[in-house]
Amino acid sequence: MRQYEVIFIIRPDAGEEETAKIITQMEGVVAGAGGKIGKLERVGRRRLAYRVGKYSEGFYVLFAIEGTGDTVKELERRLKVTDGVVKFLTVRVDEDLKRAAKFKALRAKQEARRPKSRPPASPPAPAAAPAAPDAAQG
Amino acid sequence: MPERKSYGRSHDRSGKREGSGGPGRKQYFRRKKVCKFCTEKIDVIDFKDTRLVGQFVSERGKILPRRLTGTCSTHQHVLTTAIKRARNIALLPFALES
Repeated sequence: MRQYEVIFIIRPDAGEEETAKIITQMEGVVAGAGGKIGKLERVGRRRLAYRVGKYSEGFYVLFAIEGTGDTVKELERRLKVTDGVVKFLTVRVDEDLKRAAKFKALRAKQEARRPKSRPPASPPAPAAAPAAPDAAQG
Repeated sequence: MPERKSYGRSHDRSGKREGSGGPGRKQYFRRKKVCKFCTEKIDVIDFKDTRLVGQFVSERGKILPRRLTGTCSTHQHVLTTAIKRARNIALLPFALES
């Protein structure tokens, strides 16, 4: 089982119930394809950074999914054919999370090994003249 | 938050060091830049965090180089991926007219 994050954008002109319908539909797809939804976040309406089709706004929804490649494949297929969905992106996150956990553990270990090596708040460097803004030159 | 540095320096570098403006170029103190992700111990650079990732993008939407931001090699790599993902899902622009 792998962990994925699927984020997708629903048309801004879809009504509230249509949005809800798409979300529940996608939940069903994930469950049907042997996946598990860990977290469902309705990020909400946001401006898009660029136009997608004729939309410059969209309703973002984030799924954190645990499942296999087939789960994602099926979900992506469904997202593609659903008219209300403008854009979607799937990211596999388990390796990143593992890496992060490793670093965290490493830091904790280091901290534990030499707890006294931390001097009481080394004085911050004197506020030397900040680099002159580039506008000043030339 | 620790001191903020101006990341958006790229915009006033319109020309390549316009001549050596006048006699004796002003020498100014350049602070040693440090990697924001190392100092703040950010392990996962989340592409959804536009506020964070957006700092490393120029006004035109370009990814800022390490030499301007001071990001370390490892994190620049991860950051680049994050920015590209954010662009893909329309959280960040590919390009902006200016």
